[in-house]
Amino acid sequence: MMSLRAARRALSPGVRRFSDTSGGEIVEDVSERTGCAQLTTQASLYVHWPYCLRRCSYCNFNKYISRDNNDHMMTECLQKETETLLQLSQVSCVTSVFFGGGTPSLAHPSTVAAVLETVSGQASLSEKAEVTLEVNPTPVGMSKLEDFCRAGVNRFSIGVQSLQDDDLKILGRDHSSRQALQTIEEARRLCPGRVSVDVMFGRPKQSVESWENELSKLLRVCDDHMSLYQLTLERGTQLFKQVQGGEVTVPAEDVTAEMYQCARRTLHQHGFLQYEVSNFAKHQKAVSHHNMSYWKGRQYIGVGPGAHGRFVLPGEGGVAREARTQTLEPDVWMREVQQRGHGTRRRIQLNHLELLEEVLVMGMRMTEGINHKHWELFSPQLSLREVFGRSTDVQELLQSGRLILDDRGLRCSWDGLALLDSMLPALLVELERQISQRLQRDHHTDGQTKKTSNPR
Amino acid sequence: MSFSLVKRWCETPLLRRVLQFKTYRRKILNYNMTYTLLRHRWMKRLPVLSSSFKMISTQTDKDAVDLSKFPADRIRNFCIIAHIDHGKSTLADRLLEMTGAIAKTEKNKQVLDKLQVERERGITVKAQTASLFYNHEGQQYLLNLIDTPGHVDFSYEVSRSISACQGVLLIVDANQGIQAQTVANFYLAFEAQLAIIPVINKIDLKNADPERVESQIEKVFDIPREECIRISAKLGTNVENVLQAVVDRIPPPEASIDDPFKALVFDSNFDHYRGVVANIAVFGGRVKKGDRIVSAYLGKTYEVNELGLLRPDEHSTGKLFAGQVGYIVAGMKDVKEAQIGDTLYLQEQPVEALPGFKPAKAMVFAGMYPMDQSEYQGLRSAIEKLTLNDSSVTVQRDSSLALGAGWRLGFLGLLHMEVFNQRLEQEYNASVIVTAPTVPYKAVLSSAKLIKEHGSKEITIVNPAQFPDRTVVSEYLEPMVLGTILAPDSYTGKIMSLCLNRRAVQKNMLYIDDQRVMMKYLFPLNEVVVDFYDLLKSLSSGYASFDYENAGYQAADLIKMDILLNGRPVEELITIVHRDRAYSSGKAMCERLKDSIPRQMFEIAVQAAIGSKVIARETIKAYKKNVLAKCYGGDITRKMKLLKKQAEGKKKMRLIGSVEVPKDAFINVLKRKQK
Repeated sequence: MMSLRAARRALSPGVRRFSDTSGGEIVEDVSERTGCAQLTTQASLYVHWPYCLRRCSYCNFNKYISRDNNDHMMTECLQKETETLLQLSQVSCVTSVFFGGGTPSLAHPSTVAAVLETVSGQASLSEKAEVTLEVNPTPVGMSKLEDFCRAGVNRFSIGVQSLQDDDLKILGRDHSSRQALQTIEEARRLCPGRVSVDVMFGRPKQSVESWENELSKLLRVCDDHMSLYQLTLERGTQLFKQVQGGEVTVPAEDVTAEMYQCARRTLHQHGFLQYEVSNFAKHQKAVSHHNMSYWKGRQYIGVGPGAHGRFVLPGEGGVAREARTQTLEPDVWMREVQQRGHGTRRRIQLNHLELLEEVLVMGMRMTEGINHKHWELFSPQLSLREVFGRSTDVQELLQSGRLILDDRGLRCSWDGLALLDSMLPALLVELERQISQRLQRDHHTDGQTKKTSNPR
Repeated sequence: MSFSLVKRWCETPLLRRVLQFKTYRRKILNYNMTYTLLRHRWMKRLPVLSSSFKMISTQTDKDAVDLSKFPADRIRNFCIIAHIDHGKSTLADRLLEMTGAIAKTEKNKQVLDKLQVERERGITVKAQTASLFYNHEGQQYLLNLIDTPGHVDFSYEVSRSISACQGVLLIVDANQGIQAQTVANFYLAFEAQLAIIPVINKIDLKNADPERVESQIEKVFDIPREECIRISAKLGTNVENVLQAVVDRIPPPEASIDDPFKALVFDSNFDHYRGVVANIAVFGGRVKKGDRIVSAYLGKTYEVNELGLLRPDEHSTGKLFAGQVGYIVAGMKDVKEAQIGDTLYLQEQPVEALPGFKPAKAMVFAGMYPMDQSEYQGLRSAIEKLTLNDSSVTVQRDSSLALGAGWRLGFLGLLHMEVFNQRLEQEYNASVIVTAPTVPYKAVLSSAKLIKEHGSKEITIVNPAQFPDRTVVSEYLEPMVLGTILAPDSYTGKIMSLCLNRRAVQKNMLYIDDQRVMMKYLFPLNEVVVDFYDLLKSLSSGYASFDYENAGYQAADLIKMDILLNGRPVEELITIVHRDRAYSSGKAMCERLKDSIPRQMFEIAVQAAIGSKVIARETIKAYKKNVLAKCYGGDITRKMKLLKKQAEGKKKMRLIGSVEVPKDAFINVLKRKQK
């Protein structure tokens, strides 16, 4: 039997247009150099697989358990929506693809292949472009990894969450720590240097000490990338109810803060560089390019039930970026895709200020922050220094050493990053004030120009 | 209020009025007594409504009240006084029904309590008056029932109502016995030298023990037990005896029709069309429509436009004679022109004013602010409308850095304040922030310069920010009240320690029967205004009752307490406290602030200080971590919304140094605690 990748090539040899510049990473660097043109001609693609086998006790994502076997229809719809949205966006290059969920490793590898095929049919998708799949480390998931690779996946993000079996049970996960370790090993064999491990801290009954032990165990087996997420209690989840009802206790804020700082130190000692609030990589090549493009404010297209996107629609005569949300419920979404080619439920045009707000909020999550060129790409009229340099609130943050504004740009210090959400409101207030003043000034100048040019 | 009555009457369908008419007739047969039918009430209004009704009223004006037929010796003026819930309004309903003033229906529940808050709380806020016609031993009498406010917050109003009467019905619940308010009310009546008819109500209740109550009455009030009338106002049992006793035991008013006209204003209402409607008791002479009358307090002259009886609805008679009680409309534009206790006389016949008049004096102050400054105008008009009917509320504009523009309102007492606030919310749909109540302190100045500046040696301090420094003051004074507590003796110990905690001094203690104790304490008013009553109720399982009367001012060791945030004082939280209470109230304020100021990036010290000395401290720990773990292309909309909301909120924060304090924190600290 032919491998899927081979089959795809055989079926449509001319469809997938390989861009000459190739390589996702290189494309990204170019965009910063060559300015805003690339902002609208490139996009990353997120594909949402909404199904799970069971409900994790902490999860409030858009996922569905009971289902008929309609993978085939789901696949067709994902393809259809990918096609439609890529056409509307008129992007010429898709820089990365991410299959998330839900549990996308439950999907058949042919689904992944089919969607990638569609992408290649609409835009150029470099051979080297990052294609990530989220994997649940169950035996079934593990057994399919090789087929996923053949389908075009070149990076795995493995939801290990914990190495304590008791904790995995409380979290409602359907795998064991042993299975997780095996899955990591298999993924590393298939995609060496391109495997990420997701771990959660702040779990029920967890202590700083047990967290440290767990981390060092993980460091022995992991690849070059790690994501550490603090467990957030989401309203409506089973865990939330349990904590409210006093059945389960989660560590206090001070303890989770300590866990976070301790993890940052430990990972640093083991050669991992923190490049975002929750993400660490051994070297520049190991970072998640897909996620980086979110934080850098680039365009992304969301496909699948409940997916979000941010892109311009020149295909519909649009100029401004739109925030788009797809219909949440899979069956309804599929019906809509079949009827009109896509299941977009909500479209909101972002104005200039809203776009800058997102660029700021997302950009500040990176340790490198927002450099001057990056900001200028979105705000050619008002520089970072013009926006933030004058505010006394911002001055105080700079003096406290939590925020840095220098020749490189605006970023958080090591200490500041852990308190980002306490600083953002002040930055947003200042941004809004400066932008509205700028608008008033422009308006005023316009008026004067009119007066002088038209004295009567 | 009278406007709303008229309106309500007009809204009643004609058919129902006809039916009512029939009921009156039937009732006469049922009771087999001759009460004067309220027929002319119809006559007066019907022509306006529909001329076709004339056919029913063929008897025409023959039966109209000729008030000149009621000389003083056929008039009895009385009021009903009782502790809350002892059945004052129910008895009033029965008296009204039996004399035909209102139809007897199931719906007659507290007819005189018109306000929603009155019915809800079972208290009377606005006194109402009803003139009843009663035939006794072949003679027709005019009985004027003057309903009184049911709480000593309104003791001045009660005392004015009482001074328009010659007798009182003192109602005591046959089950609960004498309560604190019974005592306070008794003394008001006793001091006014009124005839007191003790009425033991609710004898139909299973646990009723009228004998025990009779002996309490004998012991506490020195009234022979034989004088008590046992009734059930609910069932109407023995209520007829009450009416007879009113005629037999209460003396007629000593008022001569030949004297110059002289009347006491004992209540006033505001009507949007006619202006002030004053309730008056005529102490001498006569007054008629068109007369020119003078208010003794203001010296202003008015022309009488309308006057008559209250039955309880207004019923114009054109004249009022000595000894009678009724209403008068004379073009007064503001309730402040018809102050309770004022005297009215004819312009050409000046008389000496009646004794005992005092302008209303606020004893409890509280700030009122709109929830949102955009609601300022609406709240202002609501407050204006309410104060139109209540001349005892003082209104001063005030503003707070945290809460914006608002008012500092003065009330007669706590209940008065609560009722006002509840009426604002219920009747005007206004949402308000009410700050914790404060009392008016006084300072005796020692600095000659300051005395000159203020024009007097003694100044009243309403706003804590204006508290003069110890160095320029020879002494501070605080208002005192004499509190009466009645409770089963098993709670005595707990009550005594509560009172001790509140700096109270025991004045006396008396067993009113073998189980119940009456205690009198001298309290600083400040100690009872916030939560004393709630605590008393809860520690006595609801059995203790409490009432108080003002007892002047006393020297007190008062100090100004500052609240500091990271060392900076917060102006709106300055409090005047007694030195002994500084620590506990400072600690409580710090704790409330700690709970309502969000954590920030730095540690915040919340301190209470007297001068430079810190007496209490709470610490709000700095955030160690505040950053969302996961933020991808997924749903960043939610996060953006939250951040934008915080950014918006940031603009509205009050900045104390570098500490951002949300408005809610001030509200939580300043507002009265919810019960």
